[in-house]
Amino acid sequence: MALNQSGWRPTTPEAGSNAAPTFTGNKALMLEEALIFEIGSTDTTGVEVAAPISATSRLGTLARTAPTGLPGLSEPETVRHYTRLSRQNYAIDLGLFPLGSCTMKHNPRLNEKMARLPGFADVHPLQPVDTVQGALGVINELAVWLITLTGMHGVAMSPKAGAHGELCGMLCIKAALEKRGEGHRKVVLVPESAHGTNPATAAFAGFTVEDIPATAEGRVDTDALKARLGPDVAAVMITNPNTCGLFERDLKAISDAVHAAGGYVYCDGANFNAIVGRVRPGDLGIDAMHINLHKTFSTPHGGGGPGSGPTVLSEALAPFGPLPFTARMKDGHIALIEEETADDDHPDTFGRMTAFHGQMGMFTRALTYILSHGADGLRQVAEDAVLNANYVLRSLEDTLDAPFAFAGPCMHEAIFSDEGFPEGFSTIDVAKALIDEGFHPMTMYFPLVVHGAMLIEPTETESKAALDQFIGALRSVAKRAKAGDASLKTAPHFAPRSRLDETLAARKPKLVWKEPVVASEAAE
Amino acid sequence: MRYLPLTDHDRRAMLDVIGAGSIDDLFVDVPAAARLAEPIAGLPMHASELSVERHMTKLARQNLSAGEAPFFLGCGAYRHHVPASVDHLIQRGEFLTAYTPYQPEIAQGTLQMLFEFQTQVARLLGTDVANASMYDGSTACWEAIGMARRITKRGRAILSGGLHPHYVSVAKTMAKYTGDALDVSLPTLTAEGDLDALIAKIDGDTSCVVVQYPDILGRIADLTPLADACHAHKALLIAVVTEPVALGAIKSPGEMDADIVVGEGQSLGVGLQFGGPYVGLFGCKDKYVRQMPGRLCGETVDADGRRGFVLTLSTREQHIRREKATSNICTNSGLCALAFSIHMTLLGEAGLRALAAANHAGAVAAAERLAQVPGVSLVNDTFFNEFTLDLGREARPIVRALADKGVLAGVSLGRLYPGEQALENGLVVAVTETTTPEDVEALATALQAALA
Repeated sequence: MALNQSGWRPTTPEAGSNAAPTFTGNKALMLEEALIFEIGSTDTTGVEVAAPISATSRLGTLARTAPTGLPGLSEPETVRHYTRLSRQNYAIDLGLFPLGSCTMKHNPRLNEKMARLPGFADVHPLQPVDTVQGALGVINELAVWLITLTGMHGVAMSPKAGAHGELCGMLCIKAALEKRGEGHRKVVLVPESAHGTNPATAAFAGFTVEDIPATAEGRVDTDALKARLGPDVAAVMITNPNTCGLFERDLKAISDAVHAAGGYVYCDGANFNAIVGRVRPGDLGIDAMHINLHKTFSTPHGGGGPGSGPTVLSEALAPFGPLPFTARMKDGHIALIEEETADDDHPDTFGRMTAFHGQMGMFTRALTYILSHGADGLRQVAEDAVLNANYVLRSLEDTLDAPFAFAGPCMHEAIFSDEGFPEGFSTIDVAKALIDEGFHPMTMYFPLVVHGAMLIEPTETESKAALDQFIGALRSVAKRAKAGDASLKTAPHFAPRSRLDETLAARKPKLVWKEPVVASEAAE
Repeated sequence: MRYLPLTDHDRRAMLDVIGAGSIDDLFVDVPAAARLAEPIAGLPMHASELSVERHMTKLARQNLSAGEAPFFLGCGAYRHHVPASVDHLIQRGEFLTAYTPYQPEIAQGTLQMLFEFQTQVARLLGTDVANASMYDGSTACWEAIGMARRITKRGRAILSGGLHPHYVSVAKTMAKYTGDALDVSLPTLTAEGDLDALIAKIDGDTSCVVVQYPDILGRIADLTPLADACHAHKALLIAVVTEPVALGAIKSPGEMDADIVVGEGQSLGVGLQFGGPYVGLFGCKDKYVRQMPGRLCGETVDADGRRGFVLTLSTREQHIRREKATSNICTNSGLCALAFSIHMTLLGEAGLRALAAANHAGAVAAAERLAQVPGVSLVNDTFFNEFTLDLGREARPIVRALADKGVLAGVSLGRLYPGEQALENGLVVAVTETTTPEDVEALATALQAALA
């Protein structure tokens, strides 16, 4: 049975276009693509499976009778469908992706090749450990690099994303406090400029969140923070370099004060790429910090993930880290510490965060990237990331308001605001016009401490020529905004879609495709 | 430094624009005591592509991969044949190197794919809606328990003994910090699961019952009476599917009135990968959608009236409501969801049913053959592609001994439940379309020799 006999109808071109509409809705290489539910059918398949060798059923009474309604496509149709979809995406392979605090850099293809070696890609997490010594070796070797680069004591490898790594750190803190008999410490202090995940994580782990203000300089108000410390404070969650793109100069003093008051320091390590090889967070008194492997050590972001968020831990917190983890024995054999052996070797562990060992595919990519750069190259990574960001900051401060430019150099990201734009124009208009210039826009309206924030992170894999082109485009768009150019309000004009109605999507959520009820409706 | 495009000439010119004398001037805010003057000692320097490839290949060769051995491991991760076009397509740079679709006008490829994925997952699980993926099955399971707490305002969850023990461990970890009370049991090496016992435990304090389908021993049971019992007490039924291919052969949990259905999507498109990255499936009834964690993609229109897709209902998300968010999840498994979705598109209903039939038939044949090995008995009455053998003696050393002979025999329950003597004789064996009759014969022969 075909799912949809009604046929998919292309949409009409935008009003005001001079060109005659095409019959298909396509525009030369810009191709419209229907949904698989509109072009597939439940009796089409692109996979041949050998016929069953036995007719006996052991399914009991539960054999499926109702149709699933899942459409299939042949292989050529499948390849064409997804290739056409891919062409409607912006990607780092196409150009600069200046999303501040998100970090999109070139994805080395060697990483992909190594992650696909059958010895890594085709091994099962529950195989006997003697048959996976190489895979455990990758985890262990990467762990050594992470500990050494951060100057920390241990690392929990299993968190599956940055926010999961934050949770890991906060659970270690909670376990350590309980071991000390201070489970009553419930308050976590989070500066205003923290990532949105930080307060969500602290709350999720059962803590009460209190904000700490930022100074006019865009750094933590150290006096306010110190004044709030006390016997009810469990931890401080701080981001360094922070989301205003600045290094928290007072972090060591903050750490000392927090420790003196009996609390722990969590550092959001999302921005570690700005300081890797130049600063060891352990030297700043950090107790726990997650590292987004996909950011600092590159992994493709795949349109939203997967990520990987190992959490490095201080000597005070390492005993509480989650299972499983690896340990290299004196004879070179790598042991896997899991539930069976934990009682003897790791009695204070807070438990398990995920079913298996974490993001092995990301570990392989990160280790490949790290070995390619080496200790010297990683240091160069931080330097070039910071250099590129400052180049953008200084090249544009004559055109766009740069609220923290007076505070000194920025780190890996530069921040601007929509200050000085005429009534009715704001950051979103600049962002959407940048799309027409062929760029992905910067991060909009974050951090919240800056009005109409534009947060730009070029990363170290951009050339000077690429930056100059981006700077030129942004300068041009900013000038048009300041001049009140009304055409910005309807940008983008050349993208696969014009501005999308996000309010409608939220008010009347359509989250799954449903077959049109009446044939005449389908033709509407 | 092949990934760093700046030349020293560029760097000098850029420093001049900035007005800095040297790169050190840009790190002036780092306290002197914390500044490292040299590359960190004790670590190797940069290396060529060739030498890195040699190093990694050497590590890869130290593993016995599934393709090199008769292979029977399951328990939450399954080896299936992935059509070549899946990996080819996900490596297109516009998918592989795109970020989270924050700018929908230039991310319609990813967004349409996620909308299609959501619909495919909802149809497969039998739920009204599904989200755009979670980290994996185990964390999706935990998030479902948290969601049941928010919906029912109760904090006592009952977990079936048939639920994967690592999923139980993840739930226990989180419960310690959120205050949920978990009622956890152990499985038994019997043909029957524990549905009747679960029904007897449900009361007015119960937020949810969590049951795996098929369960950790491979058993299949009708969830309808359990769903009815849950609903009679205004509790939710959460069903966990670790092998989605099964749903091509057996009724979906949604058909049996489960309220939330979560799953591990690794079986389709993703591969074993030593445990990750995987892709969590998460579906539920329409009425609970605003309590659902994770990313959602929704259909809308653009300014010209054309159909398009956007991330939506983000008021539930971390970056809007901060400490009031429904979870702290910041990302999903987008690329793995793409692989799942492509594989599912290639299969379609016809292919999925054929694949499921081949898995089941192979498993039935294997179970019958292995039960003939002296000393071995089949625990299950019902199963899909995974079943449990009672070896009559501790299974864990047998698994190790067989691995030494190049046969990856399955997962011993002793590894999953250390110290539980009632379970240590159990061996969970998974059979898929990748398993050949020769593989089964090799396992039977090796098992017979090891048990003799």
